[in-house]
Amino acid sequence: MSTATARFDDPLSPRSADAAREHRPSLATLTRVELRKMYDTRAGFWLLLICVLLTLLVAVLSGLFDDTDKHTLSSIFNGTSQVVTLLLPIVGILLVTSEWSQRTAQVTFTLVPRRGRVLAAKVSASVVLALVAFAVALVLAAVGTALDPASDGAWSLSAGVLAQTAFYIVISTLMGVALGAAILLSAPAIVASFVLPIGFSVATNLIPGLDGAARWLDSGTTLPDLTDHIYSAHAWARVATTLLLWLALPMAIGAWRFLRGEIR
Amino acid sequence: MIESHGLTKRLGGRAVVSDVTFACAPGTVTGFLGPNGAGKTTTMRMLCGLSDPDAGHAEILGGPYRALPNPGRRVGILLDASAQHGGRRGQETLTLSALTMGADPKRVPELLDRVGLEKRAARQRVKAYSLGMRQRLGIANALIGDPEVLILDEPANGLDPEGMRWMRGLLRDFADRGGTVLLSSHLLHEVEAVADQLLIIGGGKIVAAGTREELLAGAGTLVRAADDAPALASAMASAGLTARAHPEGGFIVEAEPEEVGRAALAGGVALSRLGPSESAGLEQLFFDLTSGAPDAPTPAPADLQETVR
Repeated sequence: MSTATARFDDPLSPRSADAAREHRPSLATLTRVELRKMYDTRAGFWLLLICVLLTLLVAVLSGLFDDTDKHTLSSIFNGTSQVVTLLLPIVGILLVTSEWSQRTAQVTFTLVPRRGRVLAAKVSASVVLALVAFAVALVLAAVGTALDPASDGAWSLSAGVLAQTAFYIVISTLMGVALGAAILLSAPAIVASFVLPIGFSVATNLIPGLDGAARWLDSGTTLPDLTDHIYSAHAWARVATTLLLWLALPMAIGAWRFLRGEIR
Repeated sequence: MIESHGLTKRLGGRAVVSDVTFACAPGTVTGFLGPNGAGKTTTMRMLCGLSDPDAGHAEILGGPYRALPNPGRRVGILLDASAQHGGRRGQETLTLSALTMGADPKRVPELLDRVGLEKRAARQRVKAYSLGMRQRLGIANALIGDPEVLILDEPANGLDPEGMRWMRGLLRDFADRGGTVLLSSHLLHEVEAVADQLLIIGGGKIVAAGTREELLAGAGTLVRAADDAPALASAMASAGLTARAHPEGGFIVEAEPEEVGRAALAGGVALSRLGPSESAGLEQLFFDLTSGAPDAPTPAPADLQETVR
């Protein structure tokens, strides 16, 4: 069937030579749409606003009440970025699970039948969000520092730690996306994102002989210091093994479920 | 153009759709009729690439749906009006679709207006929408890419009579301008006025297909007595005509109107109605054809309700 036979004219929009008709939506377009989905729902909007407010709260409280010698940008930024890494995984989870819980996947996948592109757009939108959150955490940390700057080195910041912090925020968000895709249910995925790492940590600390595993796989041990000091090659190796368990594994399960799952 | 070639889907060892073959031509409206659970939605999900058939294949505009580079601009789909994010505003829902398919988001307000959602409703969260409003939003969502093909699953569900009439006009207009429309319903009267072609599915199989006239050929005569129904029944019997009671009164007689009229005259019964059974016959045909389905509901049209998922 040639496309010419079924053409018809809608008076509302005279069908001009609109190139987009025959063009696959680009990954950039889909990423913009996924970013929009993060804040255009009531839940998404409040969640992001709460992230900003909590980060601001931490910045201001540290800037006012912490020991004066800790009123430095590096110290307060360490605090604000830790808050961000706690909250962004929830945004990542909901970005995937809401498509299932609200059943919008039906519309999403009829508009973009190649589901791999949707997942890729969700991943890239999460990276963009994480980098924006990184910038916000830095700006708010600067606000907190400015309240009552320490007399010595208040504004010095290591470029290496900055880069590590950006990396930490990005992988935290992606761990949320991966877990969301693996579980596909909002509440269980959010609970799992808190309980699984803590449970793993407790278990490996209590059970004799597992402390070795904890040093290499416990995300609560291997990752948080990324915002504090420059990692050695050895520490990076631990980050890599941790990410295999907490990012690569759930992402593999999640991608399989996302791509193959039956859409109701 | 929509083509289904032997589409078959098995779920849990049972064939919910088996060997469904049909084609919808540009410029026509096809009504896809069947009771709940007959396989309409499953068939439509296979057409739209949401579900993989176990056998057969479907083509939309000459190829598989998933091969369309930007399907939203060629095919408008409404499979389930309740599959929308409750926390998103109506206009935002449409804007997301427009942005995804590269359509102009400036069309959103005029489309909302076209489907009868007022400015206030457009700004409301979808959670606050009635089913009828969700259907209107879903139809706007299907139209936003300015498509050539419309695939709508139970679009009249939840619409009031005025809304149904509006939708029929919209679909007729769409088809008259060269578009292809496939719409499903479990209620005959929702589609028979607008459909050029009817597909009747029961128990996962197409049990009848054709134009309204083709399906009605030989469907009988509807006759109703002005006051004495038992006398009419005996008049038909004594003329040797087979008559069965119609649920809304009167009888369907397997004979031409002229013959039935003479029989009534012979019996001395005054008639209030006499003519080809038309929709009454079509309705009977619909239930006759689909009642063989194992889980078909009892033939009581007024009681048929879409199951809420």
